[in-house]
Amino acid sequence: MNPEKAPIIQMKDIQKHFGSVIALAGVSVDVFPGECHCLLGDNGAGKSTFIKTMSGVHQPTHGEILFEGKPMHFNDPRDAITAGIATVHQHLAMIPLMSVSRNFFMGNEPERKVGPIKFFDHEYANRVTMEEMRKMGINLRGPDQAVGTLSGGERQTVAIARAVHFGAKVLILDEPTSALGVRQTANVLATIDKVRKQGIAVVFITHNVRHALAVGDRFTVLNRGQTLGTAQRGQITPEELQDLMAGGQELVALEGSLGGTV
Amino acid sequence: MQDATKPTAQTDERIKEISAFRKALIRPELGGMVGTIAVFTFFLLFAFDSGMFNSQGIMNWSIVSAQFMIIAVGACLLMIAGEFDLSVGSMIGFAGMMVAIFSVTFGWPTWIAILVTFALCIAIGALNGWIVIRTGLPSFIVTLAFLFILRGFTIFLPQVIERKTIIGGIKDVAEGDWLAAIFGGKILQGAFVWLGDAGLIATFERGTRKGQPVVDGVPMLIVWALVLIVIGHVLLTKTKFGNWIFASGGDAEAARNSGVPVNKVKILMFMFTAFCATVFAMCQVMEFGSAGADRGLLKEFEAIIAVVIGGALLTGGYGSVLGAALGALIFGVVQQGLFFAGVESSLFRVFLGVILLGAVILNTYIRRIITGER
Ligand SMILES: Nc1ncnc2c1ncn2[C@@H]1O[C@H](COP(=O)(O)OP(=O)(O)O)[C@@H](O)[C@H]1O
Ligand SMILES: [Mg+2]
Repeated sequence: MNPEKAPIIQMKDIQKHFGSVIALAGVSVDVFPGECHCLLGDNGAGKSTFIKTMSGVHQPTHGEILFEGKPMHFNDPRDAITAGIATVHQHLAMIPLMSVSRNFFMGNEPERKVGPIKFFDHEYANRVTMEEMRKMGINLRGPDQAVGTLSGGERQTVAIARAVHFGAKVLILDEPTSALGVRQTANVLATIDKVRKQGIAVVFITHNVRHALAVGDRFTVLNRGQTLGTAQRGQITPEELQDLMAGGQELVALEGSLGGTV
Repeated sequence: MQDATKPTAQTDERIKEISAFRKALIRPELGGMVGTIAVFTFFLLFAFDSGMFNSQGIMNWSIVSAQFMIIAVGACLLMIAGEFDLSVGSMIGFAGMMVAIFSVTFGWPTWIAILVTFALCIAIGALNGWIVIRTGLPSFIVTLAFLFILRGFTIFLPQVIERKTIIGGIKDVAEGDWLAAIFGGKILQGAFVWLGDAGLIATFERGTRKGQPVVDGVPMLIVWALVLIVIGHVLLTKTKFGNWIFASGGDAEAARNSGVPVNKVKILMFMFTAFCATVFAMCQVMEFGSAGADRGLLKEFEAIIAVVIGGALLTGGYGSVLGAALGALIFGVVQQGLFFAGVESSLFRVFLGVILLGAVILNTYIRRIITGER
């Protein structure tokens, strides 16, 4: 991360209430181009809710979002996508029954005009999909292979490749590694690294400190809808990060009885 | 760490080369194609001499199949978009009754009566969809309500207005109407006269129409069926909107998050289903010359069964218009074929039930293959 750069997104005092549930109680985070900003927190901390306000799925109950310095109101995901914010959601990234190529271009279908009628340009879509997948190190049987036949890591990679291909300035990844094995996780982390180096801002959500430390430039810990601020890489030890995530004391006590295995 | 993360660009030895058989299996039309071949083989072998395959016989089952096809196309796209419409049958009865009331009772020009009926029915389709979207209720329940509401009106309105449940005389008022001809007319009459003169198809042997072919043209009903199939197929597989239909039914939330206007897609598909039901009703009314309060009974289920035989998943996101059309063809051929073969017609329902069950089981198996669960 280059500190002279201006933040691409500034989230200021974001609150989100669902009826009587306060999912976010005022969270502020800045995201810079070319950085991997890790959002850590235990289950239910509000990580998904937070990034959903960033990607237009939810509208914040209170607070302000600045995108490239200007206040932004995303009424739905389309607005955020148009602005350049691509999100790979935790559970709902891809449609298993549809082919990789149909998924890749979902919502961004290329069209070819024949007379007055516009057709889905399958040829272009298939070619680009195969190319992009090859770049990411995934060998497809064909562009019409269903996403359902891909492994979890491959699905995440397709989703990331898709976001990058469509010129995302900000890529939000909600727990991309939580359901993956060691090797697949390594692949996804390598992809994050590649994407960041292209100057894209990556918001990487995880509850695994080791995954965060492998690629993160800055770390924000969410705890019960609140944040204690953001730490730079090198300013914080894995143990401190782990403590912050669990809300401090309890884990310290636990750690004693478990003999430092957590 | 860095070494392990280098993407490996060789083929993964653990991905089995998929066999040609399994590849063919995951085409949604497969069931429909196999079924069509089986059904035709069966009737060619056992009912060839019954008259089923002369010109009248072919026209007979073609018309019945075309009827199924028209509503199956609508039901198919809607099912792929993840929704059902159980009000199709009632909509058929309702649309027929409305056009009869408008043209016969009110005396409107037939083309205006038809256009107003289309507008009304498509609006009801939109209302169906809007309620489903706004309430988040299953479309099964919402359209079940409309099954009763529309049928109720279809029985109630003519009784109040005309004191009967069948309104006739539509042929007379529609005489010479340009729009009525698009639903009730025939095309290619010249070709059939030629075929008759050439002795290739049967002609009347006596009476006023002596020498004219018994089958004297292709009814517009069949033209509508073919046009709707082509439009539906192209829309689904070759356009951006088609991708949105698959996505909306495959996973509405994921589609929405990718910027697909899911609500719009679903409501439009409800409207299209209503459009198809109305086309069916118009053709039927123009053919019979009357509208009856009991028209279209059970059609919603027949449409859904045709779609399922055609390989669509009841859960949405997967299916084919061509498959649904084949499903409808199987229906028409079997229903009329049993009649030609002199088999008790109630057995057709047994056949329906059995084939529905078989198709659903096959589809579920195919879905597992596609999503790699097995
Ligand atoms: N749509 C919703 N309606 C009501 N409560 C919600 C909704 N989404 C999230 N929550 C609540 O907000 C809190 C934070 O959830 P979430 O953001 O998913 O956490 P995380 O992603 O960090 O595990 C949880 O208590 C959850 O129950
Ligand atoms: Mg979450």
